[in-house]
Amino acid sequence: MILVIAALILWALMWTLNVRLANGDSAGSRTVQLLVPFIFGLTLLVMWELLVRGLRVPTVVLPAPSVIVERMSREGPTLWVDFQQTFLKGALGGYAIGVTAAFLTAILVDRFDFLRRGILPVGSFVAALPIVGTAPILVMWYGFDWHSKAAVVVLMVFFPMLVNIVAGLQDTSQMQRDLMKTYAASYWQGFLKLRLPAAMPFIFNGLKISSTLAMIGAIVAEFFGSPIVGMGFRISTSVGQLSLDMVWAEIVVAALAGSAFYGVVALIERRVTFWHPSQRR
Amino acid sequence: MPMTRTLLPVLTVVLAIVAFWYLAAIPMNIHFALTTAERAGEVVTPDDAATRRGMGGIALAVQNPGQWADTWAQDKPRLPAPHQVVAELWQTTVMQNVTSKRSLVYHGWVTLSATVVGFAIGTGLGILLAIGIVHFRAMDMSVMPWAIASQTIPILAIAPMIIVVLNSVGVQGLVPKAIISAYLSFFPVVVGMVKGLRSPDAMQFDLLKTYNASRSETFWKLRLPASAPYLFASLKVGIAASLVGAIVGELPTGAIRGLGARLLTGSYYGQTVQIWSALFATAILAAGLVAIVAGAERLTLKRMGLAR
Amino acid sequence: MTQPTVIEAKNLDLTFETADGPVQALKDVSLAIGAGEFVSFIGPSGCGKTTFLRCIAALEQPTGGTLTVNGMSPEAARKARAYGYVFQAAGLYPWRTIAKNIRLPLEIMGFSREEQEKRVRDVLELVDLSGFGGKYPWQLSGGMQQRASIARALSFDADILLMDEPFGALDEIVRDHLNEELLKLWARTGKTIGFVTHSIPEAVYLSTRIVVMSPRPGRITDVIESTLPKERPLDIRDTPEFLEIAHRVRDGLRAGHAYD
Repeated sequence: MILVIAALILWALMWTLNVRLANGDSAGSRTVQLLVPFIFGLTLLVMWELLVRGLRVPTVVLPAPSVIVERMSREGPTLWVDFQQTFLKGALGGYAIGVTAAFLTAILVDRFDFLRRGILPVGSFVAALPIVGTAPILVMWYGFDWHSKAAVVVLMVFFPMLVNIVAGLQDTSQMQRDLMKTYAASYWQGFLKLRLPAAMPFIFNGLKISSTLAMIGAIVAEFFGSPIVGMGFRISTSVGQLSLDMVWAEIVVAALAGSAFYGVVALIERRVTFWHPSQRR
Repeated sequence: MPMTRTLLPVLTVVLAIVAFWYLAAIPMNIHFALTTAERAGEVVTPDDAATRRGMGGIALAVQNPGQWADTWAQDKPRLPAPHQVVAELWQTTVMQNVTSKRSLVYHGWVTLSATVVGFAIGTGLGILLAIGIVHFRAMDMSVMPWAIASQTIPILAIAPMIIVVLNSVGVQGLVPKAIISAYLSFFPVVVGMVKGLRSPDAMQFDLLKTYNASRSETFWKLRLPASAPYLFASLKVGIAASLVGAIVGELPTGAIRGLGARLLTGSYYGQTVQIWSALFATAILAAGLVAIVAGAERLTLKRMGLAR
Repeated sequence: MTQPTVIEAKNLDLTFETADGPVQALKDVSLAIGAGEFVSFIGPSGCGKTTFLRCIAALEQPTGGTLTVNGMSPEAARKARAYGYVFQAAGLYPWRTIAKNIRLPLEIMGFSREEQEKRVRDVLELVDLSGFGGKYPWQLSGGMQQRASIARALSFDADILLMDEPFGALDEIVRDHLNEELLKLWARTGKTIGFVTHSIPEAVYLSTRIVVMSPRPGRITDVIESTLPKERPLDIRDTPEFLEIAHRVRDGLRAGHAYD
């Protein structure tokens, strides 16, 4: 009971502190901007620990963070093998193929206006569909190993990427296109010097969205069948065995991998699209 | 988007896809077609099963044009032909009693109800949180970074756990799936709504200051209307995400009701046509839901004079 | 005309098909521009001045009459990179520095690396932007960006310079300054310049010849030969000769119902 009260006091303290910081004089500084969400997150974590222990919540319902961390340190090798299977092979493999395919298709679509008017609506339509549903079919075609998972990722990533790249390539003003005409530039000169750089903000928007989709696709595809490794596989079997601490361990790894992947893409975006108003604070 | 200009190209692309689909079914299904034909005593090239196993589908297809028709009419094809999928869809929707366990309409309804309930909860909570974030700096600085970061995390991975945990405390059926759907639509709505509530430019806020408008008045007269386009954009993302959440929520406990369950049982029993028809049903459902939101968007924006 | 004719239009027609029916943007436009002239086109919106300039640049296709540039069709002249075009907005690429922006046409036209760098240096000096080559467009003011755009149009030494309201988006003080600079530039390079504007003082100040146009249909109402000397300080705008020419321009505009 004491723990529960401690948790509530902590919550009250955290809010007072954050309100003080957020409305204070140095609220604009980088330190405070990082500190406030950090305090918020840390408080939630500690409250989780306190409430689970205080209310004596069984581990099969919700394990405490300390239990999860302990499980993670024990299961390092398993987590690493799962990470390799799902993230490196399934997600990254599918991401690379999907993005490349989308690029090549986008260039084709860009050259031929008829194709663009036909494929773009179809592509936007497919991008909104629950593509994870194709997982069982792809497992049937490509087997249980990572290839079928990569195939799901390719499908999930292809359409949003295609829509974004094509939109980006089209995002040039009439004036810019006229300028290229006055230089009597060839199609490829115009493509490489004007349309591709101008499309970069859109392309990176697609790359960021696709990074999240790739992870989701790789993990959920494993729910439909997987060899004996993989993050999705481990989650579904651990759920079946009610070892929720292992499930949470895998989720932590997935969360870290997902945000790191996104972060890397965002960093590259900052360097490539340094000129875009959204990047110039 | 002018309809006539895009109708012909879209139609061409769709027809091309269907044609390609029929063509692709031939090499995909030819192995089994040849085996059945051989068993029925027909002549196949090459006539040795072992050699055939090592050959590619296209090579076999080229050598056995007589079997092409059969590749489009198998019971458990590797790639069902379009008409097979359509027939199965017809069989399981129109030809079935809506309350029967074999009706896709029934299964669709199970998934749809979880989706809609979850979507409503997620959107409602999301809007409330967004309003809080826009009006209270402490909430903004504490929660927004996490809301944005959560979009990079594969949240769907949590789905099985939520289902099982809730089941173990006695919460079953629609509610756990709805919770997953709610969670998936929650964050896009928060991020989009915050963007929308902050979208009016400084000039607009200054004007209201000169009228000495209160925060509540500013909210109802300026922020909320201005956020409409952003809200609808998030709603479209949110409803698609909610549907995926409900489907994935049907997988962990080996559910037997819902479109996700149909996908799962189809894959367990090798019923490929069933898988494809369930997949198409989810596609149709997703398209329908997004179309409804888009329709609502058009109506609302038109009445607000924001129509494109 | 003692100089060779560089641009010649004879009975030029251009009719656009719009959703509201055909619009005659140009009707029976005939004009001959000699080498080294500075010709301004002035008129209200819809009078066809920009359309005419775009026809010269082969960015629009006339539907009747003839038009030659350097003795060739406009399309052939465009392919031969016979002119530099300056738009209303600077249109510099934000992902390139000023120097790299000026190199854009040079890269496309296949100049060597050393040649590119030399031309960039020369042309930056010409527009008084030396030292700004390493900056990005957003770090420069509107006037400087437009100067960079002009530099870009001059970098590949085309004999003709076509300018479509290049100073329209700038404030009057910057505009005056740039007008002066443009005249100096013209004196130094001796190019043939076609200049579209809707500012009467600007047209009179800059040109050797002023073409007054009016809309519905787009046509030439008056062609005025300027009597002003080639050397023109800004103060010339207060002299009687200047005001007389401006008066004539205004009459031409009124005759074309510009003020209705």
